[in-house]
Amino acid sequence: MTEEIIIAGFGGQGVLSMGKILAYSGVMQNQEVSWFPSYGPEMRGGTANVTVIVSDNRISSPILNQYDTAIILNQQSLDKFESCVKPGGVLLYDPNGIANPPTRKDIKIYKVEGTEEATKMGNAKTFNMIVLGGFLKIKPIVKMENVQKGLEKSLPERHHKLIPLNLQAIKKGMEVVEEVK
Amino acid sequence: MADIDIIKDENIVYKKSKVLTDNVMHYCPGCSHGVVHKLIAEVIEEMGIQDKTIGVSPVGCSVFAYNYLDIDWQEAAHGRAPALATATKRLMPDKYVFTYQGDGDLASIGAAEIIHACNRGENITVIFINNGIYGMTGGQMAPTTLVGMKTATTPYGRDVELNGYPLKMTELVAQLPGTCYVTRQSVHTPATVRKCKKAIRKAFENQDKKIGTSFVEVTSTCNSGWKIPPVEANNWMVDHMFKFYKQGDLKDSEKDNPDDYKKFIE
Amino acid sequence: MGELKLMKGNEVIAHAAMRCGCDGYFGYPITPQSEVMETLMLKKPWETTGMVVLQAESEVASINMVYAGASCGKKVMTSSSSPGVSLMQEGITYIAGAELPCLLVNVVRGGPGLGTIQPAQSDYYQTCKGGGHGDYNLIVLAPASVQEMNDFVDLGFELAFKYRNPAMILSDGAIGQMMEKVELSDFKPRWTDEEIQKISGSWATTGKTADREQHIITSLELDSESMEKINHRIQAKYRKMEEEEVRYEEIQCEDAEYIFVAYGSSSRICQKSIEIARAKGIKVGLLRPITLFPYPTKAIAKLAERVKGMLSVEMSAGQMVDDVRLAVNGKIPVEHFGRLGGIIPTPDEIVEALEQKIIGGK
Repeated sequence: MTEEIIIAGFGGQGVLSMGKILAYSGVMQNQEVSWFPSYGPEMRGGTANVTVIVSDNRISSPILNQYDTAIILNQQSLDKFESCVKPGGVLLYDPNGIANPPTRKDIKIYKVEGTEEATKMGNAKTFNMIVLGGFLKIKPIVKMENVQKGLEKSLPERHHKLIPLNLQAIKKGMEVVEEVK
Repeated sequence: MADIDIIKDENIVYKKSKVLTDNVMHYCPGCSHGVVHKLIAEVIEEMGIQDKTIGVSPVGCSVFAYNYLDIDWQEAAHGRAPALATATKRLMPDKYVFTYQGDGDLASIGAAEIIHACNRGENITVIFINNGIYGMTGGQMAPTTLVGMKTATTPYGRDVELNGYPLKMTELVAQLPGTCYVTRQSVHTPATVRKCKKAIRKAFENQDKKIGTSFVEVTSTCNSGWKIPPVEANNWMVDHMFKFYKQGDLKDSEKDNPDDYKKFIE
Repeated sequence: MGELKLMKGNEVIAHAAMRCGCDGYFGYPITPQSEVMETLMLKKPWETTGMVVLQAESEVASINMVYAGASCGKKVMTSSSSPGVSLMQEGITYIAGAELPCLLVNVVRGGPGLGTIQPAQSDYYQTCKGGGHGDYNLIVLAPASVQEMNDFVDLGFELAFKYRNPAMILSDGAIGQMMEKVELSDFKPRWTDEEIQKISGSWATTGKTADREQHIITSLELDSESMEKINHRIQAKYRKMEEEEVRYEEIQCEDAEYIFVAYGSSSRICQKSIEIARAKGIKVGLLRPITLFPYPTKAIAKLAERVKGMLSVEMSAGQMVDDVRLAVNGKIPVEHFGRLGGIIPTPDEIVEALEQKIIGGK
């Protein structure tokens, strides 16, 4: 199993931390992982993206131009990465702020109402975990117990009290994700 | 041995410090470097710290200081001696670490290093030889060259419009909270030599107290660069250099009234 | 087995330093490597291992602090990125000239000038062909993974002390910024004063005791005859390194008709290119130099006897390709492919370049 993922959105949406939690979950089940971020000034307010690879084998290139899955959180990222999903691959997006939805027919397209559900949960910061939940429903590449361990490893100790809330958000994402036909 | 017959112990009134090597110094006759080397050697010997002292030599006339003082030395790139001393002292805090730098080295190319070492309050000793000129390279203008002074690169005299003002490094570092002892000395008379030695000793002893950087400027002559014979050079230094580079302690954090230093910061 | 962590390459450099018994780190912030010093400052190793960490006023100062620390026989290091490393060149040649061991890390970004903060491999010439003035070489290690960022800190110090010569980890913004699974090394204590005496006691400036001559660390020797002898001695070390310290990795070279030569992050991308090319029926392999000095000249020459062509893939305008060509010595076509200015080539682009420049070429 090798899953090559791009996560892209605005800086501040939790793009990099979502990728880190996913990658750490892979480490927890003894898989090979890589996490390659865009870095620099574009992180602050501009677009941010991270390539995450989880694999049973040694990872060749951590930097890719074709992905099994694209997790898209804003219009700019959709415009940039829709064409980079491999035929037969998955594009998961949050429709909030997307004026021109994806159009490709040779890939599977899913949406997850991350922004809306996070507002309902009363904590906007759970947004990225809801989206992660959506992804894990479609592609259960890491077990939930390892996601919990991944959260424990990625979050600083002082935020560990938030782990149950994060897990709840992931479960919510799994419930609300739906395929767009 | 004939020497021993002649020089009996009871007749000895003066002896070369054991910390000075037997190498013949390359300095010009009348140069202040030799005297200052001797003073440092005597202080090291008297404090019994030859095995604990690391010297950092500069680029300039005193680049070969390591040939004359029998201690361990690091030869720094031009201006970087305070950076070397910083690391050496931090990695070996029980050693006595000093830099020996001229005005081109300390005040020009190494201005950043000396300011920041002093500002961090490194527990080191800085010996700063200020003769207002580049000696080694043949008498060019230094940052400390007085206004109107002729050098190889100011053949018509230092012109403020062209070259800016002479830099008072010692006044500058005295203002930094990291320095604990800042003084300006000279070695042109027996009395000033004795005073200068006391200052150097204090500057080394401060390293035991871990109270910050000790900075000793020795206002000096450069007969070759100034093109003045030694005795006249001493007089010229008193008449001109001392007017601008005022002699005495600028800062001694162990003394009580900090306002005392203010008169030097004009 | 050490601890398994998910970490950025830059963070790993800091952890590896603390764990390998490093005595001192002297640095200055610059993107994309600032996490090295940030991690050290966060971990406060001076409270645990006794390691000194200091933010210097400039790269000029930090490299000279390294010079001094190395003069004391201590395991000291600095890290920076391209513009900062340019500033350090004076200090580096003094360190090489004074024959001092130390570890340098360059997390390369695209130039020239201030350039970009994105990854590049355009400092190969500076690192392997000079940089500062005079005849000297650095021992150059090129990590291709976060794990190697860990491993090469210890290896770099080991080689630096073995040869009394500065060692450089030539990384780039991609390896520095990305996170991978890493097994951190076990903690090794710092050397005691006695151990330093044993290892470097014949030259280090630790204080002149009555039982020995003074130790002088200098690169100055005005007598040309003596200076030539020093140069010959230094060159002899480099020849020995070329005999004993060459490290490289061959991937899928056994049946290869074509070879990518690539180091660091480019070598990772080339591995993906191999997958793509082989799916198309093109038999291509990878030779990954791990030491850039000493360079795996013989290994490349040997491959040149049985393959049809080589493509040097670098994020530069073509620097390492010179060394590939020297090794191949005209036997087969050698071409360069690279992207510039912080752009990372894609695996597809590399396959395309192989097809056009080597396979389709004359």
